[in-house]
Formats: sequence, structure tokens, C-alpha cells
Amino acid sequence: MNELWFWLVSAMLAIYVVMDGFDFGAGILHLLVAKTNEERREVLGAIGPFWDGNEVWLLASGGSLFLAFPKVLAAGFSGFYLALWLLVWSLMLRGISIEFRSHVQDGLWRHFWDGTFTVSSVLLPVLFGAALGNVLRGVPLDATGTFRMPLWTDFRLGPHPGVLDWYTVLIGLFALVTVAAHGSLFLAWKTEGPVHDRAKALSRTLWGLVLVLWILASYATSMANPAVYRNLPRAPLAWLATFVFLGGLAVVFLGLRRERYLLAFLGSGAFILGLLAATAANLYPVMLKSTLAPAFDLTALNASAGAHGLRTGLVWWLIGFPLAIGYVIFLFRFHRGKVKAAGEGEGY
Amino acid sequence: MGDPLFWHRLQFGFTATYHYLFPQLTMGLALIIVVLKALGLRTGEPRYNDAARFWIRIFGINFAVGVVTGIPLEFQFGTNWGNFSRLTGGVIGQTLGMEGMFAFFLESSFLGLLIWGEKKLTPKGHFGAALALWLGSWLSGYFIVATNAFMQHPVGHVVAVDGTIQLASFWAFLLNPWALVQYAHTMIASVVTGSFVVAAMGAFWTLKGIHMEQAKLNLRVGSVMGFVFSILVAFPTGDLQGKLVAKHQPIALAAMEGRFESGPHAGLTLIGQPNVAQRKIENPIRVPSVLSFIAYGTFSSNVKGLLEFPEDQWPQNIELLYYSFHIMAGLGTLMIVLMGLAVLLLWKGRLDRTRPLLWALLLAFPFPYIATTAGWAVTEFGRQPWLVYGLLRTAQGASPTVNAGDTAFTTLGFAGIFVVLSVLWLFLIGREIAHGPVSQHGTGVGHE
Repeated sequence: MNELWFWLVSAMLAIYVVMDGFDFGAGILHLLVAKTNEERREVLGAIGPFWDGNEVWLLASGGSLFLAFPKVLAAGFSGFYLALWLLVWSLMLRGISIEFRSHVQDGLWRHFWDGTFTVSSVLLPVLFGAALGNVLRGVPLDATGTFRMPLWTDFRLGPHPGVLDWYTVLIGLFALVTVAAHGSLFLAWKTEGPVHDRAKALSRTLWGLVLVLWILASYATSMANPAVYRNLPRAPLAWLATFVFLGGLAVVFLGLRRERYLLAFLGSGAFILGLLAATAANLYPVMLKSTLAPAFDLTALNASAGAHGLRTGLVWWLIGFPLAIGYVIFLFRFHRGKVKAAGEGEGY
Repeated sequence: MGDPLFWHRLQFGFTATYHYLFPQLTMGLALIIVVLKALGLRTGEPRYNDAARFWIRIFGINFAVGVVTGIPLEFQFGTNWGNFSRLTGGVIGQTLGMEGMFAFFLESSFLGLLIWGEKKLTPKGHFGAALALWLGSWLSGYFIVATNAFMQHPVGHVVAVDGTIQLASFWAFLLNPWALVQYAHTMIASVVTGSFVVAAMGAFWTLKGIHMEQAKLNLRVGSVMGFVFSILVAFPTGDLQGKLVAKHQPIALAAMEGRFESGPHAGLTLIGQPNVAQRKIENPIRVPSVLSFIAYGTFSSNVKGLLEFPEDQWPQNIELLYYSFHIMAGLGTLMIVLMGLAVLLLWKGRLDRTRPLLWALLLAFPFPYIATTAGWAVTEFGRQPWLVYGLLRTAQGASPTVNAGDTAFTTLGFAGIFVVLSVLWLFLIGREIAHGPVSQHGTGVGHE
């Protein structure tokens, strides 16, 4: 049951990254691909119906983590205190930017929200990536099952690192470029005209960068946490996930070459999903690694809630999850086809 | 001030209070929008859809602020209240997880369709979107109230050998009698907020002499719903809530009433100032025996006073608890009277000519906001010094690794963010009101 919940929580977080990733990506590229007000409304119109639901995957993953592994949630959230609030404030700013922009037809008003939308969209994947970097590298968990971490120390790896060191910043950059590349494919798929052309041009560059950063990040991970790859021979799921993300990557480049952007977008979704699944499989059962001693690691086995709660949660999870997937399918079907900037006052 | 607990409590109280200004309106409006859309479908009259369209725009702005101010609350469980989360996550993680799965996905999927979809959808489809938002937001409310109810009156749990609190019976936890009563009370109160806002809008337009058709409609819907729900919020739901407090939190009841001595035929204090140091109420006006009746159903019941309990179990902020309760109950009574008068004049056909009452309806729209805020203050101050009643003290719930400086910084950060949000909210709502209700063809409605 504990192992199952480890996978359910990981799956929901991975779905979150794929889903919110594309609208983060659209936000990162917003100012680059859309120059006029109409073009920017096209970008916002493309993600408008989805972004809020995409973010719910984060809240739902958090809820699942809470019910299944409360010790991990408590240690992680309080340990990353300031970094986490920076992340939440960025989420708030971004939500307000998307929702408030359309309300006033004024150039300055809209430039302001375009700016805050872009800044928060850049900050968020860097912070989420750095968070993943921290999970991979480990944190100074002690015998009490808690830790406290400064935002930075000397930017080196070691038993007492900061939230930001060279490794976590690298993972943050990798995340930034990856979701930007993911978002460029979404925009190329959903838009036409100049926005489509610019997204198309950017996507080639971005996916080249993704390849480079992926190799760098994978090598750096072997320095930050050598144990990650040691699990590989014993983790069949990691092999499967590796196959998925390599396949996804191939599909991305195939889609780019044939100019089939839905295909490429699905490929990039599979790339992100597979990469995160491979990471989770290599880490299992560790959820939060201690840099001080392996005995202090929080794992799927020692950090879970009671068995009855886990069983009960599974029952409603099995009802709720298909419902959530159903809404996603319904939304994509309802908003199928290329997006067109709506009339003033009738959309984002 | 160097005590982290002080900042943790201030931050949660402040952010939760601010947040709830928005969902109480959207939950109430969600039902009112469903009613308006249903009337529009039934009668085929465009004026109902015009009214719904105006309120959907107000709803959209409030919903956005509600979402962004709600996110930090979910995070604070882990960041600021780490021990509480570690100890009770196996129980309250259930309802918080279900809120995401069953309510948030539903709301977020249909929000866009409600706000932007009127032309794309059939009238029935748009009604369906309104229904989905109502269902989603009220489901969300249930999961939050059920979580709070566990903290007020924990049931369905077991304390494990390692000291953590674990789920023992899902249904006992989910259908906690405290949750059912508190939910009814809270949701009905949100409809009161919505109704007062709708009625105030109608009164404003009537007094100004603009949008007369819409003004009339809003006055009618607002005051009829306001009257019905103002009564329901007091009887039976408020009354039942009071009896639950009397039964399970007698110390909180004594503090709410500023009652120090025990005894039968307890009087209800209408007015007076608690002087906790001298253990008395100053300048009291009391109705004899009524508190005994309200709490236990007979005029002769003994109602325990604070002195009967050890002082370390008293709520820490008796003054604030006392005033919150009296403000809530006082405003609740006033709201019934006001809406009663409005409905009476509406029935006589004189409401839109009775200017003093229209002024009163316009100026009264903050009352339900104040009353719900005070109501939550009663609930939360009354629960002290416990975080989970009888099981975990508030002082033991905070994150051990987060210091006062960090928490002070984030609290101040929230203060800044909320000031900016308030200004933006006022600006956008002001514009919507100036814009007024608009018919489907983009022209003003009901210009006289």
C-alpha cells in the first residue's frame, strides 16, 4: 500500500508538471512570440481555459502527499520555508496576471500584466526545478525528522547545502528550458499566423538546448547523488520510464521535422512524464534523502500515515482520478482546433 | 513578538480571514446565479439572463481573488504548522485531498465556460456550467468545514502508539455531526452575504434612478432570498451550532458569554464589557434564564461558568471571543429585521419608493461580511487553547524549525500582497458597477 501511494503521488506530481508546464512555457515565451495585443490575447486564450485546472493538479498532489506521507509534507514544507513562499507568491501573482489583464482595455494596464505574467512564469519552473534538485541531492534531515536550510551557503554540495547550490540551480535551468520547449510546442499546435511561426522557430532552438541540459543534468546528478543510478539495475520501472522518455524525445524531433505539433507536444509530455517517473523509480523508497545519515531518510515505508487511512484514500482516489482525467479530456475537446483571439470582453 | 507561535497564529488568522471575504460571496452568488439562470430558462425572459451576466462578472473577479488567496492556506499546513500536519495528516489529509480531487477540478473546468461561454453554449449548457460551479464551490466548502470540524470535535480517529492521530472510521469522520451543522450554518451565511450584496446593488440603482428594470429584479431576488436565509442562519442552524458548543465546548460557551460563575437560570448578556482580570461583565444588560434555554432547552438548566474549569484550559483571548460572538448575534438579528421590513414593503409594492429603507439596504451590505468574520473568530478563538480539541494544543502544532523572523517576514509579505489585491479588487469591482448590467447585444439594460 505504501509503495502504491508513492507511485500515485509521484504520478500526480508528474502529471502536474506536464500540464502546468505547458502554460508556464507559454508564459515564458509570451513576450517573445506575441508582440501585439491581439497576439498576446491569442496566447492567453490558448492557455486560458486550462491553466487553473492545471494548477489544481498541484493542489491535488499536495493533498495526496498530505494524506499518505504527512511526515514528508511537514518536513519538506517547513524546511524550505522561505523558498516555498517565494514559489506560492509567484503562483498568486501569475494567477492574478492572467485573470485581471483582460478587464481593462488599456495599453499600460496590459503591458504591466504581460510583464508580471512572464516574470512569474520564469520564476516558477526555476523554483520547482530547484526543489526537485533538492530532493535528488538530499537535505540535512536529522534524527527529529526535520531540517532547516538556508536559501544558499557557498553554492557547493556537501552535508550542509543551501536550497540553491550549483546543482539545484542547474536543475532549475533545465526545468525552465524544458517547460519553455514544451510550451512552444503547445503554442505551435494551438495557434496560427505570426504566433505560430515564432513558436515554431523557437521550439527548434529550445529542444536543442533541452538535449544539452539534459546530458549536463544527468551527469551532475551522478555527482550530487551517486546512489540514484545504483538503483537502476534493480528497478524495472526505471527502465520502462527511460524507454518512455527517450521515445518521447524521438517523437518530439519527428514531430518537429514533419511539422506535426500535436504529435511533438504529446512527445514532449511523454518526455517529461518518463523523465520524472525514471527519477522516482531510481529514488524509491526514499522520498526525502538526508545528507547527514541514511538512517534519517524519510521513505515511503517510514513516513506514511496509518494503513486504514491509506486504504480509504485509495477508494476515493480511484473515483476522483478518472473524473479529473475526464474533465481534462472534455476541456481539450470543447476547445479543440486553433485558438482565435476572442472579441474584446468575451475572453482573455 | 519574538515568539514564533504568535506570528504563526497571526499569519494563519490574517490570511484565512482575508481569504474568506471572497469565497463567502462566490458561494452565495453561485446559488443566486443558478436561481437567476433557472428563472431565465423557465420564463424565457432576457432580464434574468442579463442579471445573471452582471453577477457572473462580479463572481469571476471574486473567484480569482478567492483562488489566489486560498492557495497559501493549503501551504501553511505544511510550512507553519508542521507538527500539526505530521500528527494529523492521516486524517485531515483525506478531506483536503478530496477537496482537490472532487471540488477544485470541477470548479476550474467549468469556470471558463460560465464566464466566457454564454454565446458558445446553449442556454441549458450555460445553466449547466452555473450548476457545476455551484456544486463545486459548495463541495469545496464541505471538505474545508469537515476539516475544521475535526479540529473542533475530533471523531472517527484513533491515537496511534507513536502519538500520531490516524483515521479509524472514514464515515464517522466525514459525517461528523459538528461538520453537518457547521456546514449548513456556513453555507446559509454565504447565501446571506450574496443576497445582501444583490439587494444593495438593486437599492443603489433604484436610488440613482438607473437600470430600473434590473434594479427591481435585484431588489426582489436579494430581499426575498436575504430574508429566508437570514432566518435560516439563526434558526435552526445557528441555534444547533450553539447547542453543540454547549455540549462539547462548555468552556468556549462560558467565554463567549463572558460567564464566570456557574448556576441555573443563566441570563443572556445582550450588552456589556468583559473584565477578565476582575472576573466580571461591566455594564451588563441581561435577559434572565434565556442562556439556559438556548444552550440546553430548559430555563432552569445549569450553565457552567469559566471559574469551574482550570485556567490553563480557558481560551486565551476571552475579550475577543466575547465581542465576536455578540457582534455576530447582534448583526444576525438586525439582518433579519432589515430583510423582514424589505420583504413586507416589497409585498405591499412600496419597496422601490421607500428611500430610507433603500439607503439602509445599500449601507447594510458589509453586515454579513462582518458577521461571518466574527462567526469564524468565535469558532477559532473558542477552540483555543487547542488545535485539535482535547488532543493537541495549539502551542504544540507549529513547525519546530521555522523561527519568528521568517514567519514575521512572510506575514508582512502577505500584508503587502493583500493591500495590492484590495486596491485592484476595488478598482475592478468599481468598473463593473459603473459599467452596469449589459444585455447580450452589448447595450445597457433598462436605461430610464
